[in-house]
Amino acid sequence: MEWIHKRRNRFLSILSLLVVFFFSLFALFPLFALLLASLKPSSELMRFGLNLKLQPELLSLKNYFYLFSEQARLYFEWYKNSLIVTLLYTAISLFLSSMVGYALAIYDFKGKNLILTLVLFVMMIPLEIMMLPLFEEMILFRLIDTYWGVVLPFAVAPFAVFFFRQYAIGLPRELLDAARIDGCSEFGIYLRIMSPLMVPAYGAMAILQAMNSWNNFLWPLVVLRSNEMFTLPIGLAGLLTPYGNNYDILISGSVLAILPIIILFIFFQRYFISGLTLGGVKE
Amino acid sequence: MKNNVSFTRPIQFLLQKGKGVRKGNLLFSKKYAPYLMVSPFIIFFVLFFLYPIISTIHMSFLEIYPGERTFVGLGNYYKLLNPHFYTALYNSTIYTLWTLIILIPVPMVLAVLLNSKITPLRNVFRSALFIPALTSVIVAGVIFRLLFGESESSFANAVITQLGFSPQQWMMHHGTGMFLMVLLASWRWMGVNILYFLAGLQNIPQTLYESAEMDGAGTVTKFFRITLPLLKPVLVYVLTISIYAGFRMFEESYVFWQNHSPGNIGLTITGYLYRQGFENFDLGFGAAIGLVLLLIVLLLNLIQLKFFGVFRKGDE
Repeated sequence: MEWIHKRRNRFLSILSLLVVFFFSLFALFPLFALLLASLKPSSELMRFGLNLKLQPELLSLKNYFYLFSEQARLYFEWYKNSLIVTLLYTAISLFLSSMVGYALAIYDFKGKNLILTLVLFVMMIPLEIMMLPLFEEMILFRLIDTYWGVVLPFAVAPFAVFFFRQYAIGLPRELLDAARIDGCSEFGIYLRIMSPLMVPAYGAMAILQAMNSWNNFLWPLVVLRSNEMFTLPIGLAGLLTPYGNNYDILISGSVLAILPIIILFIFFQRYFISGLTLGGVKE
Repeated sequence: MKNNVSFTRPIQFLLQKGKGVRKGNLLFSKKYAPYLMVSPFIIFFVLFFLYPIISTIHMSFLEIYPGERTFVGLGNYYKLLNPHFYTALYNSTIYTLWTLIILIPVPMVLAVLLNSKITPLRNVFRSALFIPALTSVIVAGVIFRLLFGESESSFANAVITQLGFSPQQWMMHHGTGMFLMVLLASWRWMGVNILYFLAGLQNIPQTLYESAEMDGAGTVTKFFRITLPLLKPVLVYVLTISIYAGFRMFEESYVFWQNHSPGNIGLTITGYLYRQGFENFDLGFGAAIGLVLLLIVLLLNLIQLKFFGVFRKGDE
């Protein structure tokens, strides 16, 4: 009996491996294709589309050098804008959202449940619905075509608030009273005692918010108007047209655009996963 | 720790100095501090949520020209009864259906495999499957437009020619256009949904499986009797966000046609809103489209949540 069992397990194991391997191939192949395309001359891509022939005699880093040329000057403007928007958004949304989430977890106060309900409610309403009045507000505040216009309306992120609240509920409250007796203010307790305990939550949210902001498309498309202010996704999207694409910048530019996120992922994989799952699924 | 001490010294000095007035200080009051801390949310809620929502509702009853607003009652809603909106509604619905059909069962099975000890190299595959989720929709669009280029020698056409079909102009036809959008979404979202299901699976106590095995339950029985029922909360969560994401879809279409697809094959509800609101500046009409979108997703999710008995929990 034992050997049948073993054999069956071996078979299932190989079957499972094949299925998972096939889907991993599906996941990674397009990125490999992009990398390959970035090494091919754009005239070749224009004429024949992307094929998988390696053609080593055609491959070169020319497309990457082109990014640094005068004709592609805007590309690194977009890169800079993306970096600024991402850093600004991540910093502000973490600071504000964590404070709100913390207060909702630690204190008992009148209206707390109402606020928590509102946080969940905001999460449920798609942005698209209020895009037009938000746009009018941005005009009113003179935030059109600015970094702040991209960042400000979403600086208190309901998902992050909820995430921090879930995390802070598990913090040891005995520390609170001890700190109060020592004469610490409520903000002091939050900043100096409780915040350091929330570092894993900050890590997870920092990465998630940075990734979302780096890849964000619809709202920046609405707010940013001039070429020099575009973020990477908006700038790159402008090179796509229904009738043909400006491949010179597009492909090597796309590779460099994913690079920072892939690097973050390699080093902080754990945070990506906890950031995505804790807020949504736990409970 | 040492640094910490020197860093806090000035603050402690201030604290001692302020001891007498502590009661009146907002920062010290247990009663007011939480309100101060949640105030950013309240401000943002009013400014960037409540006002825009009310304004959208208001706008949807108006006809808006520069400097002039006239009340038209339900006029904007009547305007929705036109073939373009039907196309948008149809495309969004079909797209949502396809993403539900693909992006729920497949990630669930993959998560079960990735959670099971019989699969070798689980962590490597887990990372590999998640990587597409890191790319922006634009970059994904660049890739898929390359692979599905119109040239006969481009990758996709080369593959189907090998299989005996004739080369396609993928971005020009209704069926293939929908296929491209669904494929792009499936590629980018597979890893995220796997992650949700994995998190759910890891919450299922191992002892349940052990006792089922002692009763002689096989792999399939265990999946349908233990795994599936206990995954229900995650399933409902993924279903809810998928319905939202599906009907809101705009970007997956934008990367292929920049909101102007031949014969509107890529027109979605949000795409129609964008066109009316930001391209034709018909703000009132755009607002009405947005509210109908909201109504659709709320209604569908209410039905779905009711079907899965989420609201019954309170009575138990």
